[in-house]
Amino acid sequence: MSKTAIKVEGLSKRYRIGAQQRAYRTLREKLNETAMAPFRAMKSLTNGNGNGNGHKSKSETFWALKDISFEVKPGEAVGIIGRNGAGKSTLLKILSRITEPTEGYADINGRIASLLEVGTGFHPELSGRENIFLNGSILGMKRVEIRKKFDEMVAFAEIEKFIDTPVKHYSSGMYVRLAFAVAAHLDPEILLIDEVLAVGDAEFQKKCLGKMGDVAKEGRTVLFVSHNMVAIENLCDRGLLLRDGQVSYAGGVEECVAAYMDSGIMSHEGDVDLTAHPTRRSEALPLLQRVRLLDKDDNVKDRFYCGEPLKIEFTFEPVVNLRSPQFGIGVDDWTGSRIFSLTTYFSDSELPSLERACRVSCQIDELPLAPGRYNMSFSVGNAHNPLIDALDNAISFDVDSVDYYGNGRSPEASYGRILVRSRWESNQL
Amino acid sequence: MYSAIHNPKLELPTLRIAPSKGWVPLKLRDLWEYRELLYFLIWRDIKVRYKQTALGATWAIIQPFFTMVVFSIFFGHLAKVPSDGIPYPLFSFAALVPWTFFANGLSQSSNSLVGSGTLITKVYFPRLIIPLASVFSGIVDFVLAFLVLLGMMVYYGLFPTTINVLWLPLFLLLALTTSLGVGLWLSALNVEYRDVRYIVPFVTQFWMLATPIGYPSSLLQQPWRTLYGLNPMVGVAEGFRWALLGTNTAPGPIIAVSSAAAVLILVTGAFYFRRMEKTFADLV
Repeated sequence: MSKTAIKVEGLSKRYRIGAQQRAYRTLREKLNETAMAPFRAMKSLTNGNGNGNGHKSKSETFWALKDISFEVKPGEAVGIIGRNGAGKSTLLKILSRITEPTEGYADINGRIASLLEVGTGFHPELSGRENIFLNGSILGMKRVEIRKKFDEMVAFAEIEKFIDTPVKHYSSGMYVRLAFAVAAHLDPEILLIDEVLAVGDAEFQKKCLGKMGDVAKEGRTVLFVSHNMVAIENLCDRGLLLRDGQVSYAGGVEECVAAYMDSGIMSHEGDVDLTAHPTRRSEALPLLQRVRLLDKDDNVKDRFYCGEPLKIEFTFEPVVNLRSPQFGIGVDDWTGSRIFSLTTYFSDSELPSLERACRVSCQIDELPLAPGRYNMSFSVGNAHNPLIDALDNAISFDVDSVDYYGNGRSPEASYGRILVRSRWESNQL
Repeated sequence: MYSAIHNPKLELPTLRIAPSKGWVPLKLRDLWEYRELLYFLIWRDIKVRYKQTALGATWAIIQPFFTMVVFSIFFGHLAKVPSDGIPYPLFSFAALVPWTFFANGLSQSSNSLVGSGTLITKVYFPRLIIPLASVFSGIVDFVLAFLVLLGMMVYYGLFPTTINVLWLPLFLLLALTTSLGVGLWLSALNVEYRDVRYIVPFVTQFWMLATPIGYPSSLLQQPWRTLYGLNPMVGVAEGFRWALLGTNTAPGPIIAVSSAAAVLILVTGAFYFRRMEKTFADLV
C-alpha cells in the first residue's frame, strides 16, 4: 500500500510566552497584586486581554515547531528524539488533536490513539476495576472492547487480588502496572507514545518494552518519543531528530541517534536564565537569577563525561536580606528519582551573609554519574525557611560514557546510576 | 479544526489536522461517537461524590430542604409573602428542587474544564463532554430531592389532579438546557479568565433572587409577567408548581419565552465553547 499513515506538511505551532507565568517580584507586590486582583479581572475582561498581569504583560511569542514536514508509511516505527524543548511533545500533542497547529496540516489515515501519559483520568477513590473502564474509555476504547480484554489486562498488571480495592491504597508500582496494562491493550492502527515507559520497576519496564515491540512488529505504525536511546534503537527503524522546532535529521535510526549525540557540543543549555523560570515554585522569591554548568576550564557545557569535574555557578540577587544562607542542589535521573543532593548544610560550608548581587558556586571534583540524562533542582533559604527560592528541574545535562575506571571498560546505564570505585580481594580461609 | 475528507479507497476517511479560523461547527456526530465516555464520566462524578462525603446522598436533600425551612420562616411566616394558595413550604420547595439542580449544574460545569486540566492536556475527545457530564451528574441529586418533594405533597395531602404533570420532564429539560448553556459560557471563559470562578457564586445568588422561588410570579402584572420569562428559570419554577401543585399561573406564554431564551443561551454557549476549544489545552 503506497498510502502514507501520517503525512505532515509545513506544520508549525506558535506559543505565547508569559501567558501563564506570573513571576512575583516581592511579597509586597504580591500582596498588592492580590488586592488589585478583582479590578484587574474586570479590566482584563473589558480589554479582552487574558493576560491580566499588568506590569509584566510582554506577549512575546515563540515557535515550538516551525515548518515541520515528514511522512510515515504504514507499519513503520519512528523514534522522535531531541533535547528538552525541541518540540517533540508539541508535535505529538498536535498529532493527537490535543492542541491545534498554527500553520500547516497533518493527514492521518487510520485509527489513531495516543499515550502521552499512563493512567490519565485515574481516580484514587475508585477501584482498580472501575478505573480500568474509566481509563479505557478515556483512551477511546469501547465498553465491549474493555470487557473483552479485562482479564488479560488484570493479568498483565499482576493485581488480580486487589482489583476491587480503591487505587489510593495501591503501591506506586501497582498503580503504574495497572495504568500501563490498560494502555498496552489499546488496539489502534497508529499509536503515538510519549515517554511513558519511563515508569515502573526494571522488570516491568522490560515487559512493557516487549509489548511495545510486539505492537511495532504487528505492522502497526508507531511514533515514539523518548530520551532513552537504547529503547529508540531497539523499537524503531527510522528516526526524526528535532532541534529548536525544526527537523534537523530524518533517516535511519542509528544515524539519527548518532546525530543527536553529536549535537550537544556548543549548546547553550548549560546556561539558564532563572529570573522568570517556569519551574520556580509559586511562593518562591527569585533570588537565583542564573545558573551555569562549567567544566574545569570554565567552559559552559551541558554534556559531561563520567568522572569529569563539574562546577555549578549561580548568579544571586538578594531580593530579601538573607543571613547565613543555605543552598541546596538536587540531582534527579530521568525517572524523577533523586540520585544525590549537594547542600551547604551537610558539607559544613558556611556562606557569608549575601547582601549584594554575587556569584555562588558549588564544585564537584568528580562526577559520579553513569551515562544518561539528569535534572537539577535548586533551593535557597535559611534555617527558618529553607525554600525561600526553589526551582524544580530547572536545568538538565547529559552524562556520556567514558573510561571512568581507567581500564578501557566503559560503564553503561544498565549498571545503575552511580559509579563507585571499589577494591576487591580474596583471602584464604 | 479537524475535518474528514472522504477517501473511497480506505474504510476510514483521512483525518485532516489543520488550524481552524473563527466559528467552527459543533460536530455533534463526534460527540455521539464518544457517548460512552460521557456515560463513564457521569458515572465517575456520581460515584466519587457519594463515596467521598460522610453524609453521602443526604447532601442532595439537605441543601434545598434547609433553604426551604429558612424561606418558610422568613418569607412565608414573618413577611407573609403570598404563595398562590399553596402551603408556603411546599410552594417554595417545588421551585427549590429544580433550582438546586440548575445551580449545582451551573457551578459544577463552570469549573469543570479547569478541574479536568490533566485530561485536556493528555487526551483528545470532544471537550463538550466535560461540562455535559457535570450537568448530567446532578440528575441523581435531583431525583433524591424530588422524592422528598413527593413526600411533602403526601404530607400536605396535595396531589396533582391534572395531566399537567406529564409536562414535568419538559420543565426539567428546560432547567438542564439553561444550566448547560450558562455552564458552557462560563466554563470556556473560566479557562482564560480564572476570576470567573469567583463570579459564579455571585451569579447564582443574584439569579436566585431574580427567580420566583420564595415568591410567586403572580405578583407581576401582564405583560411584565410574560417578559419575566426571559429568565428561563422563571419558566422552570412556575412550570413545576403548575404541573405538580396546580397553581393557576397558566404558564403558557412564560414557558414559551423561557424555552426560547434557554435555547438561545445553549446554542450561543455551544458555539462560543467550540470557538474557544482550540485554546483550552494551551491555557488550562
